[in-house]
Amino acid sequence: MDIKDTIMSHVRRDVMNSSLEKGVRFDGRKFEEFRPIEIQRGPIRTAEGSAIAKVGNTTVLAACKFDAVTPFPDRPEEGVFMVNSELLPTASPTFETGPPDENSIELARVVDRAIRSAEIVDVKSFFIEKGKVLGLFVDLYVLNHAGNMTDAATMAATAALMDTKLPKIENSAIIRGEYTGMLNPKSIPVSTTFVKVGENWLVDPTRDEERVQETSVTISTTEEHVCTMQKRQGYLTKAELLDNIDIAFKRGNDIRRILKG
Amino acid sequence: MGGQNVQLIVDGKRLDGRKPDEMRNIRIEAGVIPEADGSAFIEWGGNKIICGVYGPRECIPRHGANPYKATVKCRYMMSPFASLDEHGRSGPSRRSNELSKVIREVFENLIIAEKFPNTQIDIFIDVLQAEGGTRTASVTAAAVALVNAGIPMKDMVSAVASGKAGDVLLVDLGKEEDNFGQSDMPIAMSHSDKNIQLLQMDGLLTKDEIAQMLDQVEKGCDELNEKQADALKRFYERGEEEKFEW
Repeated sequence: MDIKDTIMSHVRRDVMNSSLEKGVRFDGRKFEEFRPIEIQRGPIRTAEGSAIAKVGNTTVLAACKFDAVTPFPDRPEEGVFMVNSELLPTASPTFETGPPDENSIELARVVDRAIRSAEIVDVKSFFIEKGKVLGLFVDLYVLNHAGNMTDAATMAATAALMDTKLPKIENSAIIRGEYTGMLNPKSIPVSTTFVKVGENWLVDPTRDEERVQETSVTISTTEEHVCTMQKRQGYLTKAELLDNIDIAFKRGNDIRRILKG
Repeated sequence: MGGQNVQLIVDGKRLDGRKPDEMRNIRIEAGVIPEADGSAFIEWGGNKIICGVYGPRECIPRHGANPYKATVKCRYMMSPFASLDEHGRSGPSRRSNELSKVIREVFENLIIAEKFPNTQIDIFIDVLQAEGGTRTASVTAAAVALVNAGIPMKDMVSAVASGKAGDVLLVDLGKEEDNFGQSDMPIAMSHSDKNIQLLQMDGLLTKDEIAQMLDQVEKGCDELNEKQADALKRFYERGEEEKFEW
């Protein structure tokens, strides 16, 4: 983040820390508690699938779109799956115009890896003919950044995939607006982000908590496996990592229930 | 222009069943982006657009600062999933750069920029779903977002396109009417003085037709202005957060 995001008043930081010492977070949550989660399915009719995930005030829109594309030369039989993210300057005073910065690229890649590793999108079924496959493009649009974009983005992306319809193909071209069925992702990966402030690990950080974080780590899980991890700034011990994985599995199950609606 | 093979008017009705002077359904919500200083969401037929306003804030780069007034900046962008066709490219295009400019020029007229020397006011507009008429919807939403941000303006502004298809004059052109019609004329009008703040036009029209269309637009803008005021009133009346559908 740039300078605007690192500056925080000392008074605010002190109040936050003293409240954490008492075992309560600034907004009254427990350490392992998520903010309220809301999922809105299918807000974008021009995409084959879409969803908006709200975690507290953090809002992320994910839209899935299919195109007929040329496959990668090393995988000529497989479709293309790609996640892009856009940190709209509309969404936060700290986001700037211009090509994606490192935070935006990291966000897209962490979400991409969670979905790819969980093998929920069957790219082998995207084959159309020699030299032509379906490409599934997931665009993540952060609409309001109030902390923990990653978890909201993963939720939005998986909810959008659950909403995605498979396009009808005729003469190896996509017929827009006609569908042959649903994509039906096989499982639902969920990411859980932890930050360390002082001696405490907090789940689902707000932007204030991210500003004072010493360590930040995201752990994504399916029902049985960890499917991606990403440490950002700071460090953590082996024991801390293992404890957080336990919490990530627990939170993952809670959120999967919400996503299955 | 001039797609003669597409029948846009059938029995005096348009493709979506509207009468020639009927606008699409419009819903405006203010204050939808809590992180922004001011914001608005507009759903106008099949268009879905968000607008966030930031500022007055420090002008970046510094050498762009004007010691007499605020610099107004505007960035209009279309999402890659906004149209039913193929996945578009993200980032600015020649089209979006032009629209950013003409929209900025609307608000440069109206914002009382002299109050905030050396600063910048950012207007960010993102088209999430497009169905024709995004620039007029953007102006309408941006005006609400600016009021929501508490930025003083000389007048309120709203915009609607007028056009011609199947030799009939229409207000608020849809996507097909825009693509295959004979003419398209988006106009933004300030509310009290009815001055034209944005004007573009393509296709062929006579002077009489333009005069009629200006009257239609004026009527449409009055309707829009009521919706804008209503959105702002609702925002300031609802104390705690209300469930909001995008």
